[in-house]
Amino acid sequence: MLHVAVATRAFRRYSTYRAATLAGIFTNSVFGVIYSFAYLALWRANPTAGGYDAQDAVTYVWLGQALLMTIALWGGGATDDLAERIRTGDIAIDLYRPVGILGWYLAADLGRAAYQLLTRGVGPVLVGVLAFDIALPGSATDAAAFAVSLVLAVVVSFGIRFLVASTAFWLLDQSGVKVMTGAFAIFFSGLLLPLVLFPGWLGTLARALPWASYVQVPADIWLGKHAGTDLALALGFQVLWAVVLLAACQGVLRLATRKVVVQGG
Amino acid sequence: MSQQTHQPLIEVHDLERTFDVRRRVEGRRRRVREQVRAVHDLTFAVQRGEMVGYIGPNGAGKSTTIKMLTGILVPTGGELRVAGLDPSRDRVELARRIGVVFGQRSTLWWDLPLIDSFELLQKMYRIPPSRYRENLDRFVEILDLGAQLDTPVRQLSLGQRMRGDITAALLHDPEVLYLDEPTIGLDVISKGRLREFLRSLNTERGTTLVLTTHDLQDIEALCERVIVIDHGTSVYDGTLAGLHAQGGSTRTLVVDLVDEAPPIDVPGADVRRVEGPRQWLSFPTDASAAPIVAAVASAYDVADLSIQEPDIEDVIRDLYSREA
Repeated sequence: MLHVAVATRAFRRYSTYRAATLAGIFTNSVFGVIYSFAYLALWRANPTAGGYDAQDAVTYVWLGQALLMTIALWGGGATDDLAERIRTGDIAIDLYRPVGILGWYLAADLGRAAYQLLTRGVGPVLVGVLAFDIALPGSATDAAAFAVSLVLAVVVSFGIRFLVASTAFWLLDQSGVKVMTGAFAIFFSGLLLPLVLFPGWLGTLARALPWASYVQVPADIWLGKHAGTDLALALGFQVLWAVVLLAACQGVLRLATRKVVVQGG
Repeated sequence: MSQQTHQPLIEVHDLERTFDVRRRVEGRRRRVREQVRAVHDLTFAVQRGEMVGYIGPNGAGKSTTIKMLTGILVPTGGELRVAGLDPSRDRVELARRIGVVFGQRSTLWWDLPLIDSFELLQKMYRIPPSRYRENLDRFVEILDLGAQLDTPVRQLSLGQRMRGDITAALLHDPEVLYLDEPTIGLDVISKGRLREFLRSLNTERGTTLVLTTHDLQDIEALCERVIVIDHGTSVYDGTLAGLHAQGGSTRTLVVDLVDEAPPIDVPGADVRRVEGPRQWLSFPTDASAAPIVAAVASAYDVADLSIQEPDIEDVIRDLYSREA
């Protein structure tokens, strides 16, 4: 109940910034157009690159633009609030509350993600559908699996962003770490270039890292690249990272609380 | 049950908190580890329904004590019980039974309308809906927040925000309310209203109040009992009047003469400072100002007179220099 209320409030909070939302949809759409033409050129040269055809490639572009803000790919969201509260010391107030910090911030971030999905997710995709030939999920199973995968993508991204924000307990400021992990996320999520195009060991590594959950896995599910056990494995991969990261968050939070409560900040 | 009612709400015995501090020392490459005692040998008890002023200069250990009382800092020594609980071990359980208000920090959600913060707190503390309504209506009425409920917190004035914070801290009927500099930055009228509200809260609901402040008037308006802490330990525990007497502090009579004159010579007061026609006379706090004022007025041509009450910092400084 509480967490639903927290998520709803977060949703409402983001919805107050309408102009920023519109500007964001515009920006995502412009990048979508640019990437689409770049990818089309690439796939004209190699029509089966990475096992995608040209339509898959363009669809992938618009899914990437839609997921970008929904999962807060390079940082931001509720975890920025956390980092700020650590920096200012307001985190002490969170400790006075009879409720867990991790669940609270996850709920807030899911509320944020829901808002971003409906605006900066759906918006660019509509533009993409109108301007390009975009593939829609081939079956109800794929559509449902995509929805699950999307939520998992947000949770995995939240886990990483929460860990990054927690560094503020020791470094006072998350921004350096945030920029660094943001760069990793852009590259290893497949936002710039689908991970299926990464050659050899780099591809294997990229597809094993948690960032693969961000764009590559949900996009492949949308494109119907996974079926049956393969689909279960793809979702399982995301679940695994979500669990590992949330456990790590809880552990770090315990250390941080110890630091604040036992050592006195 | 009957035993519990006789037990103090807050029991502090030989409480100690040390911090490890790393300090640079000339001629040494590595910083030297040092132990600083923020609080030591602190013992006191607070009964249910008391209003206690917890005062001391900056860095005396006030915040450190409050942090330990609320469970967000673990003591390094001594014993501590609040409402029968060990605060740091039972932090979450205790959190449901206490309220905390910081003058310089807000527990409200910045971007949300005020009412949303209250609704979140209702769910967080699992306050029964009827009780929540009752409390909310009452506090909103007394604290005059009705018009602000739908305003985002970031748009509230400092006074409105403080009243919002106090409402937030009281919705779950805490047994004890800790207030850290609650009137800081407020105008005179807001201060007065806030004090009146806190007093009624104490008399009507029996809520125990622990108040840290620099404002002597907060203490005078609210607290029968004062605990003074300095250099990490209690240097006084008793009534405010007793504190003035014990501290040996003085009040000051500021006299503006019509013309410059040599230091005024009247019984019961000493001249501390002379600046042109203005002179500062000090006299004991427990003495009446009337005969001194009369004596000055009869012997000199006086343009203006005023009396300055001792500053709490002065009282504490006096007290501490005596201890040392």
